[in-house]
Amino acid sequence: MDWGNILELSLRELVGVQAIVFALAAIGINVQFGYTGLLNFGQAAFAAVGGYGVAVIVTTYGWSFWLGLVVAVAAAVVLALLLGVPTLRLRADYLAIVTIAASEIVRLVGRSAWGRDVFGGSDGITGFSSAFYDLNPFTEPLELGPFEFRERVLWVLAVGWALVAICTLVVWLLMRSPWGRVLKAIREDEDAVRSLGKNVYAYKMQSLVIGGVMGAFAGIVYSLFQGAMQPDVYATNFTFFAYAILILGGAATVFGPVLGAAIIWFSFQFIDLALRGAIGEGYIPDWLMDSNDTGAVRFMLTGVVLVLLLVFRPQGILGDRREIALDAR
Amino acid sequence: MQKLARCLGALLAVLAAVLLAAPTAAAQGSGETIHGTLTYQDAPVAGVTITVSSADGDEIGTAQTAADGTWEVPVPGPGDYTVVLDAATLPSTAPGVARDTIETTVNPQQRKVVLFRVGAPEGGGDQPSPSATSPSEGGEEEGQAPGEGSAEAEAGEDITATAGNNQLLQLFVSGIRFGLILGLAGLGLSLVFGTTGLTNFAHGELIVFGAVAALLMNQAGVPILLAALLATLLSAVFGWGQDRGFWRPLRKKPTGLIALMIISIGVSLFLRYLTQFIIGGGRETYDQYTYQSPVSIGPLSITPRDLIIMGICVVLLAAVALALTRTRIGKATRAVADNPALAAASGINVDRVITVVWTVGTALAGLSGIFFGMIQGVDYLMGMRILLLVFAATVLGGLGTAWGAMVGALVVGVFIEVSAYVVPSELKTAGVLVVLILILLVRPQGILGRRERVG
Repeated sequence: MDWGNILELSLRELVGVQAIVFALAAIGINVQFGYTGLLNFGQAAFAAVGGYGVAVIVTTYGWSFWLGLVVAVAAAVVLALLLGVPTLRLRADYLAIVTIAASEIVRLVGRSAWGRDVFGGSDGITGFSSAFYDLNPFTEPLELGPFEFRERVLWVLAVGWALVAICTLVVWLLMRSPWGRVLKAIREDEDAVRSLGKNVYAYKMQSLVIGGVMGAFAGIVYSLFQGAMQPDVYATNFTFFAYAILILGGAATVFGPVLGAAIIWFSFQFIDLALRGAIGEGYIPDWLMDSNDTGAVRFMLTGVVLVLLLVFRPQGILGDRREIALDAR
Repeated sequence: MQKLARCLGALLAVLAAVLLAAPTAAAQGSGETIHGTLTYQDAPVAGVTITVSSADGDEIGTAQTAADGTWEVPVPGPGDYTVVLDAATLPSTAPGVARDTIETTVNPQQRKVVLFRVGAPEGGGDQPSPSATSPSEGGEEEGQAPGEGSAEAEAGEDITATAGNNQLLQLFVSGIRFGLILGLAGLGLSLVFGTTGLTNFAHGELIVFGAVAALLMNQAGVPILLAALLATLLSAVFGWGQDRGFWRPLRKKPTGLIALMIISIGVSLFLRYLTQFIIGGGRETYDQYTYQSPVSIGPLSITPRDLIIMGICVVLLAAVALALTRTRIGKATRAVADNPALAAASGINVDRVITVVWTVGTALAGLSGIFFGMIQGVDYLMGMRILLLVFAATVLGGLGTAWGAMVGALVVGVFIEVSAYVVPSELKTAGVLVVLILILLVRPQGILGRRERVG
């Protein structure tokens, strides 16, 4: 096994596109769940809506890429309103169930043969990213020690990390503002905030919308990177992954989601490559697992990590135990 | 805000109506290929390209219609397939095709007939069905044989399908069957929620557990009926162990409800991919009772297996209902669901009640998984699929009430199958979930839920 190569490929994932996408999704969930205590289990739907927004506008209707971006964000806002209106007055688990249902609705409609003309069926949509790559200012690959990034990847990474930085900054600014303090107060005790005359429902809705738009950014970045919008990427696992990342990094912290995303994707890549290497060298017998099983192992580990974190260290790496919504109803 | 809510409600209703408007066309025969005959005005249409791909989008095979209009594509096994007719290859004499893409489900040993309606894209009954085995539905809007959703019910055999009311009745019965199994699956979720407040996202995996345990025993040579019995018992043990070894210590710690919910997601991920690790990513079937010839009862045709499954479900659901109202432990369960602190103060052993609920709930979920496995096959993602329907059922009926879970499950089951009459089968689930959201708008506590439970 080539440990140098494995380590190199894994370190790339620390700053890779997957880390960006899940950091964005997790920052959104952080606003909703970490700061406001809203259980949005439909972040995948927001990401899918973002990806479809660009893809449908550009490829299906042949309109401008910039309009696509506007539509993507607007669609995320509309989705947040649609989900929030019936559920934000209800108990937390209703929002959880409705949002997870919504994320499956978006995926099922997106991949259906019935909507193939607009959404491209289960194959998804391609051919909408050229306008984005035409803007690419990088003309040659960047070499950093053993790492080499091609121009195309470099452009996605630059835009992606800029978005992550902006979102992180926005969260930091928002959460030290009076508005952010109301959100945290809602998380701690909704009734107390209501008795102070604040419109809790409106604050929750604003939080859901902001987090949802950040989720849409995740979908946009990922589909631009892939050059394709495929509905099955945005299954419920996408959301659960983002939750695992948020809780690992630390809910209700500014840098938690980014740290969590980098660590999770580094470990995933490392475990995956190490297992494949070990299987290739025959250290792991055939009857136990083959290289098709490494994906399953990765998800099993995510599950175990999620359980262990919540049982033993619910505040994650950066968090403060007194400042998490987990004990609320 | 009220106004906004109403506007959004109307928007969702329009969306649902749009979903309901798209028709499907498919028919069925017997065997393990997909085939059909393409005709226009009683004359065969030759040289048209038809492509079959799997549910994942992988292309399985392509066929060209022969001089007599027939085409056939062998498929690797039972499952969901998409059949696409390339309208560009139609001869100039044919005006077009009503629907160029048909989603279909192939059952074991089935030779599935898929018919494309050549004619004006609006379709509308001007085209007599070409195949001898296919239904001829004079007045019907679109040819929709009892394929699609109910295909599972009448696997295989050539069925001389009947039009209109009978088909609705058929779908209704398969909806009842689905709802009864769903009720069995959902009882545990609802009771666990009622007694502990935990929304268990790993409940789908409890359903899969039964199905997989039976599958593994079956593959090891145990007859399926014995395997089903053993797997149900094993599920009960699994539920008991899970409560005693995992959830009870967490409750004692104590852990907040939202933390418990996310922990259950972790458990669900772990169990789901453990299942994939063990049985792989494909769909497996039991060696018996996956396929039976239906018998006719009056206007209905139903397989004996389904009758027996429905019987068992009714008996078990009635037994649970009786136990909840008549026995000591049942009354104690309802007391704990009502108010755990008060129940404990009046001498009820709350922990024991919760353990019993977990044990019985998991056993019923496991059994329902075996039934689902007999009907649809076993795969590692079935838990997630069913879980969302179970959620819809329990929320519809009212979270935390046993009756609610049963009523909600029947409503969901019937709705999902009958909606196949008008909705493309791949969107059935989406339709139910849209209805779930609409119901929450109007009556958040569900059909039988209590008002004060809502926050």
